[in-house]
Amino acid sequence: MATAFAGRPAPADHAFRWIAIGSAAIVLVVLGLIAAVMTARSIPALRAMGFEFFVSRRWSPANNVYGALPFMWGTLYTSLIAIAIAGPVSVGVALFITEVAPRWMTRPLVHVIDLLAVVPSVVFGLWGILVLAPTLGRCVLTAGLILGMMVTPIITSLAREVIETTPAAEKEAAFALGATRWEMIWGAVWPHSKSGLVGAVMLGLGRAMGETIAVALTIGSAIGQISINPLKSGNSMPAAIANQWGEAFDLQKSALIALAVLLFAITIAVNLAATAIVLRSRKRSSR
Amino acid sequence: MMRVAHGHPEIACATERTDLRARAGLREAKDAMATVMFGAAVVVVAVPLALVVWALIERGAHVAFESFPAFFTQEIPVVSRRPGPGMGPAILGTLLVTGGGTLIAVPLGILGAVYLNEYGGVSRFARAVRFTAMVMTGVPSIVMGLFVYIGWTVHFGFSAFGGALALACLMVPVVIGSTEQMLRLVPEALREAAYALGATKSRVIVTVVLPAALPGIVSGSLLAVARAAGETAPLLFAVGAATSFNIDFLGGANTALPVQIFDNATSVFVGAQDRAWGAAFTLVLVTFLVTLGARFFALRSALQR
Amino acid sequence: MGAEARKSTGKPTALAGREIASLSAVSHVTVASPGSVVFDLEGVEVHYGAFCAVRGVTLKILEKEITAFIGPSGCGKTTVLRCLNRLNDLISGARVAGGITYRGSDLYGAGVAVTEVRRRIGMVFQKPNPFPTNIFDNIAYGPRINGTRSHGALEAIVEKSLRSAALWDEVKDRLRESALGISGGQQQRMCIARALAVEPEVVLMDEPCSALDPIATARIEDLMRELKRSYTIVIVTHNMQQAARVSDRTAFFTTDRADESRTGYLVECGKTDTIFSNPADERTESYISGRFG
Repeated sequence: MATAFAGRPAPADHAFRWIAIGSAAIVLVVLGLIAAVMTARSIPALRAMGFEFFVSRRWSPANNVYGALPFMWGTLYTSLIAIAIAGPVSVGVALFITEVAPRWMTRPLVHVIDLLAVVPSVVFGLWGILVLAPTLGRCVLTAGLILGMMVTPIITSLAREVIETTPAAEKEAAFALGATRWEMIWGAVWPHSKSGLVGAVMLGLGRAMGETIAVALTIGSAIGQISINPLKSGNSMPAAIANQWGEAFDLQKSALIALAVLLFAITIAVNLAATAIVLRSRKRSSR
Repeated sequence: MMRVAHGHPEIACATERTDLRARAGLREAKDAMATVMFGAAVVVVAVPLALVVWALIERGAHVAFESFPAFFTQEIPVVSRRPGPGMGPAILGTLLVTGGGTLIAVPLGILGAVYLNEYGGVSRFARAVRFTAMVMTGVPSIVMGLFVYIGWTVHFGFSAFGGALALACLMVPVVIGSTEQMLRLVPEALREAAYALGATKSRVIVTVVLPAALPGIVSGSLLAVARAAGETAPLLFAVGAATSFNIDFLGGANTALPVQIFDNATSVFVGAQDRAWGAAFTLVLVTFLVTLGARFFALRSALQR
Repeated sequence: MGAEARKSTGKPTALAGREIASLSAVSHVTVASPGSVVFDLEGVEVHYGAFCAVRGVTLKILEKEITAFIGPSGCGKTTVLRCLNRLNDLISGARVAGGITYRGSDLYGAGVAVTEVRRRIGMVFQKPNPFPTNIFDNIAYGPRINGTRSHGALEAIVEKSLRSAALWDEVKDRLRESALGISGGQQQRMCIARALAVEPEVVLMDEPCSALDPIATARIEDLMRELKRSYTIVIVTHNMQQAARVSDRTAFFTTDRADESRTGYLVECGKTDTIFSNPADERTESYISGRFG
């Protein structure tokens, strides 16, 4: 019908391309909406409190005074407990899987660890509140322990990836010098994996800070409490929002939204830093 | 150049053998300790997991299967003090909300990934989308919940659709990420072969690239579904806490398993707690099965990492 | 299998100097002297799982000589080399059949400490594989794990090893800089220094020059002639001329191209001069004269 090589691209082809572009753009639109809408709604509270919002410990809806510090403290404290436990344990598990376990044990072990990732956070919260809390109480420690359980699979899987990039040639060099397995890990694996492992732990930190439901159920929902004692009940940013929203009005709602925005900003920062570190260590190992 | 050592045949071998035996020394002790510590780490992880699974089975299974199928078909007691089943509306709600979310998110996610890998490449727009998707996979679920409330529920009220939308927002970035990974693994040679036969780009994608990546895409999507099924916070704000069956997708409050677990977990009544365990058992079972499906498809994927 | 040309060297009577002290009561012990047997391989076969990589290896490696393994690709030279320091243990499914003794002791015997084996039998690899730290820490790694802690002692060992590897003058001002910043030839000499730092008795070299340019190669060959005075050296090389230049004895491996199983085997082993001028087996002759391989 047409002369050789003449022809226009089919309209269906064009349409497909635009549909694909549109789908991709939706992601940008949604994030933009989230940022815009949430920030807008948080302005009333921020305007009312000013900088005090970030440094004050008082949180009193009755008096319309809102200070986020106790919640920030709770988020930080529980997350630190979580990675203080989950960090070393996950790295230990990752090292076990990559260096110690015999071939046949590797896959099943990885599956078992991944099972932890499958359990929804609300189930962890349920277990925490009905099984763990009766002994330890609803406190920062309980929340921290539950968080630790939850972030372990994430850190482990990333740590495994990082450790596996160690060049086999250098492991052989260490063995050829008469090293034991532990000495080989220290001499050949560790220098390579150092920064990547830091990134992996930070990613776990970001996840722990953003976790809402499990913490909400186990932390105790104290108001205005800043304490070093992990056995005291506390509160975290996401938990506070989840627990207070139902009965909040106007300015309190705005304050809670401000908390959400703050949380979002912090977790983005941590996750970005962590991803950058992990990517940089990946690039360095592929020399 | 080479001097021959004349042997001393009369020397017995035993006394002259060099010693290669193992020394019981500090180095070996350190190595053994390290191995033990790594093994201990595995135990530290396995024990809580076992405890959780055990609690689920011990406290949840019998609730779910008692006078089967009551738990799955009966409505949630409005008076939470009352013991006994069921969680039917929550199960239905989870199906509606997760199914709806999947129907929205998976096609969108796949198409978005198609754009990123097949059209976008390293353009600024594509990089912005990738970055955004990555950021959004880390959104705290409470933030998403609030957003859904302000953006949707306030205007349209509680509904299963609102919940589906909320879950879709959470799922799309994940589906985009895993799908793009799969598409990247499809060898360029496959595309070139199709192009060489005169196919248009969209044709190549739909008939060659997507089928090649399909098992991997399905696997990634199933994982996103499993995660979404367990999400609580967004649903709290979008779906409400109905106690009776509500098949109406677009109207009226509904409920879902995670929401019910959350609400009942804080209850002091054993009856409510039991239902929470039963719901948790059901939820974990479903999530587990979906994850198994994901792994099954991952194995069938021919694409090598 | 072709005839093996080897000089009779008597029974293994050599002992490493260290062990002398514990055997002071025994009067007729001889210190390791050139020509005594270091490795004695009898009918060695190596399997990776079901695949037989090499078979029929019977040869002796003699003290303070350079022995070269030559032959076409894939005939088992590196496999046999890696048995000598038990590095094949790292490959799951690898099995060694037959006897390998090191100075009279069964290398694979019960109760043998693999770490001790590898300390005494060092290895240099095809591609330089420095650790991603500085030069000092690379070389000090071996002594450190063997218990040397004092900084003074470590510095002395590092300098001695670098001098033995003919690298000291080039890097003495750069010891704290990354080992990845020096040239390929220098990295390989650093790896040699690293291997020497633990005071081995044997140095195994797996195609040490194949990743290097001719000048760097020549320097390493000079180094090998120097090292021969203190260490026994076994080198795998694809480069026949290198083997002819550098080694005292040569072992020629090959596979049967008609053989589907691709199992390698030893053809003959003997003095380098003899192998290259008047080999006993015609396959050796073909390889040496370039007719195949």
